[in-house]
Amino acid sequence: MNPNLPATALIAEDEPLLAAALQAELASAWPGMRVLATVGDGLAAVRQALALQPDVLLFDIQMPGLSGLDAAIELADAWPSPGAAARPFPALVFVTAFDHYAVQAFETQAVDYLLKPVQPARLLKTLSKVQLALVKHASSAMDSGLTSFDPMAQVMAQLRGLLAPALATTQVSSAPLQMIQASQPGSLGNTVRLLPVADVLYFEAADKYVRVITQDADYLIRTPLKELLPQLEPHSFWQIHRGTAVRASAIHSVNREANGLLSVLLRGRPEPLAVSRLYAHLFKPM
Amino acid sequence: MFTLDPLPPPALQQPLARLRLCWPAVLRNGLTTLAICLLISLGLWLASDQRQLTVQLVYSVSIGMTSWLLIDGGRFFVDAASPTGFPRGWRGGALIGVGVLMGFLFGTGLGDLYAGRSTWALLDQQPRAFAMLLLFTMVVGIGISTYFYAVGKAAYLQSALEASRRYTAEAQLKLLQSQLQPHMLFNTLANLRALITTHPERATDMLDRLVAYLRATLQASRATTHPLQAEFDRLRDYLELMAVRMGSRLAFTLNLPAALAHHHVPTLMLQPLVENSLQHALEPHVQGGRITVSAQQRGAQLVLQVHDTGAVADFSALAPTDRNATGFGLRQVRERLATRYGNAASLHFSTPAEGGLLASMTLPIEAIESIKSTP
Repeated sequence: MNPNLPATALIAEDEPLLAAALQAELASAWPGMRVLATVGDGLAAVRQALALQPDVLLFDIQMPGLSGLDAAIELADAWPSPGAAARPFPALVFVTAFDHYAVQAFETQAVDYLLKPVQPARLLKTLSKVQLALVKHASSAMDSGLTSFDPMAQVMAQLRGLLAPALATTQVSSAPLQMIQASQPGSLGNTVRLLPVADVLYFEAADKYVRVITQDADYLIRTPLKELLPQLEPHSFWQIHRGTAVRASAIHSVNREANGLLSVLLRGRPEPLAVSRLYAHLFKPM
Repeated sequence: MFTLDPLPPPALQQPLARLRLCWPAVLRNGLTTLAICLLISLGLWLASDQRQLTVQLVYSVSIGMTSWLLIDGGRFFVDAASPTGFPRGWRGGALIGVGVLMGFLFGTGLGDLYAGRSTWALLDQQPRAFAMLLLFTMVVGIGISTYFYAVGKAAYLQSALEASRRYTAEAQLKLLQSQLQPHMLFNTLANLRALITTHPERATDMLDRLVAYLRATLQASRATTHPLQAEFDRLRDYLELMAVRMGSRLAFTLNLPAALAHHHVPTLMLQPLVENSLQHALEPHVQGGRITVSAQQRGAQLVLQVHDTGAVADFSALAPTDRNATGFGLRQVRERLATRYGNAASLHFSTPAEGGLLASMTLPIEAIESIKSTP
């Protein structure tokens, strides 16, 4: 690898000592790399990555607020869509202490990752791969006629692959949920309404609750979306965003917004619902 | 050291499914019965020269095999759920009695058919001889059945013992795994690696604490109790390790009154509670929080508390309504408390007005004193 190749990086690591150590290792392995910022949680990672637009992201997996994986998905949605002015999506490197399943997933999805404690030899190997990717981006950007290489699409495919095992294990529900016990809005939890799942148009995560939206009202439940989805009839609801699952049969149309992202309109509801890039493949025209 | 769930009952309750599973044993019983029948007929034939050997064989084998079929087959239909594979209590005795009697009647009938005479006529002519015949059959039949029952029960006890050993080993492994989390270990080592070059003294201190923590964790499966002071020392090691990692995000206080320091408590009971607070209340939050561990005497009871500053919505997962969903570490704490103290000890979670989650463990002091006297 070329130690003097100029590049910028963002480190997201919640343990301050480890963040400093990683920065020091990077400085000696790749002097041309400038670490623009070091952040300690997933939300700050998304914010700073958007503001600074670095070439390389080093994300810890377990972070407060938002995990490294979720931060990467969030960032992909907020990243400016490919265009003349937009910078390519950064090269992603995940850092983790021990996570058997994640490491397996990284291997199969060919995602760059580092294991803590970070070994210098392994760091060099990973950085060489990152340089290769950066050089590839640069050459494809110059070669404006050929836009075959899309780093964003590659990252999305990898993230989808990483999440696939988690999504697959949620398909085990013996008896799908028929009724939902939800608090009546404004009753402060004193009145519980029984809602047939068949009436639900979509679920939306809101803070520590999940909103249950029907044609003409909405209710609150405490069960997190992650726990709720496996209980529903398979394929009846599609997850279209980290915090949104819609009834597939209620989808009226899908539109591409000015920012390049998709949004869904449901029959019987006026509001458009944002589709995460992670789930955009659901709506490819047949 | 900690409780084990009772062994799960055998999953196969279907008589025919069990029969399919046990057929080698059934076949072995059948062949043994056949061999004994052959020996008996040979013996009877040698003892008396009244009958031909073939006739004697037909009687003996018919009675024996019929009894065997009825008893060995019948046990899969009478009390099929019995864990030993043989009906429990009076039903076992009744099965053997009825089986041998039916075997005698049916087998004698077959023998009569073959020999062309009637044994039943003996009932009138020589009731004493008939009674001896019946008694002999019953004694031999019951003897063989009892032998098979004993062999089957021994095999069952052996396999139950092995299963329970395996189960204990698995539970111990799980306990160790829950205490030695690789994620915690590797993150700590990564911090250590970072400190070695920049702050050698802090690295040494951290390494010492890691050693003490590892030693305590590995020994916890051997020693059952230790003084409360030792428990708090190990908590301090663990929290200091976490404080190096989390920096300013973790603040903690340990309050142990000197008067309580010598009381013995089960090893590493507070550790899972502190880990739980770290995992659910502190680590997910950008701003971190504080953990307070305290011990106090309340009458004849020792009250150990772990209080954290988690945000209100976060302990919904730990709310008193669904306590069971709190992972292996906390379940182990409950089980160990129940084994050692029965109903006299408790662990419950509450959400005090000042916020956060409060875990309270109550142990009887008398029991603690008595443990001290027994090593």
